[in-house]
Amino acid sequence: MATVPASAYLTLAAFLFVIGAAGVLIKRNPIVIFMCIELMLNAVNLTFLTFAFHQPDFQVQVAGHVFVLFVIGVAAAEVAIGLGIIVAIFRLRETIDIDSVNLLRE
Amino acid sequence: MAERLFFFLCALIAISTAVGVVASRNPVRSALLLIANFLCLAMLYFTLTAPFIGIIQVIIYAGAIMVLFLFVIMLLNLGSPEAQQQERELRRPIAWLLALGLFVILVSQVFLVVGAAPNPQPEAGSARAIGYAMFTQWSFPLLIVAVLLTVGVIGSILLARRRSM
Repeated sequence: MATVPASAYLTLAAFLFVIGAAGVLIKRNPIVIFMCIELMLNAVNLTFLTFAFHQPDFQVQVAGHVFVLFVIGVAAAEVAIGLGIIVAIFRLRETIDIDSVNLLRE
Repeated sequence: MAERLFFFLCALIAISTAVGVVASRNPVRSALLLIANFLCLAMLYFTLTAPFIGIIQVIIYAGAIMVLFLFVIMLLNLGSPEAQQQERELRRPIAWLLALGLFVILVSQVFLVVGAAPNPQPEAGSARAIGYAMFTQWSFPLLIVAVLLTVGVIGSILLARRRSM
């Protein structure tokens, strides 16, 4: 396993994060925007595990894994709330195009 | 050598599926590509001696969360061709420019930081070690996440409930 350097993992994570960020800016469908946010969260999880793999201290390594679990928990809560909001907006407006949902702007 | 080959194969599939998630016009196709991406990341987690996180990734992300996504796509009938929206044409070059800048910044930091030698300790990724740390050292954050998830479930039920007149 030691043959793959940490920089390769971190570059992959950076690329996935950037693709997710670009998707959040580009897409108009809020469900796909949520998918891009999941992409970004997973990229961060990959950096957590990469740094944990390169830690000398056992306790710190375990802490990295625990934080990944917390990120997954927060992502699950966020998706549940976000999709609930999307369903509620669809009932109200019959569309979920985020450029036409500007209730708070008016 | 085999590890390198496996990493680059997984990285290639992960990158191409991530680009596909953003490039695809069809939300169902985006969701399926995202599942493939999560499975590739789970493989990479296994190579980082994190088998428990890899299994959790497959069960929770590729299983539960993506089923929720597909359910909502099906519920709102977004898979039909007339419901597929165009991308924002005007903001696209600006978005890719910002993304490129962010990537350059992140990667420059990556090559500054890395000097640490890998230190594989397979015990650290086991369910036993993670569970012990979570219920002793990190018990308070665990409680907060538990409360957050409970509030999230109740809140989503309240939000999606049909108002009865």
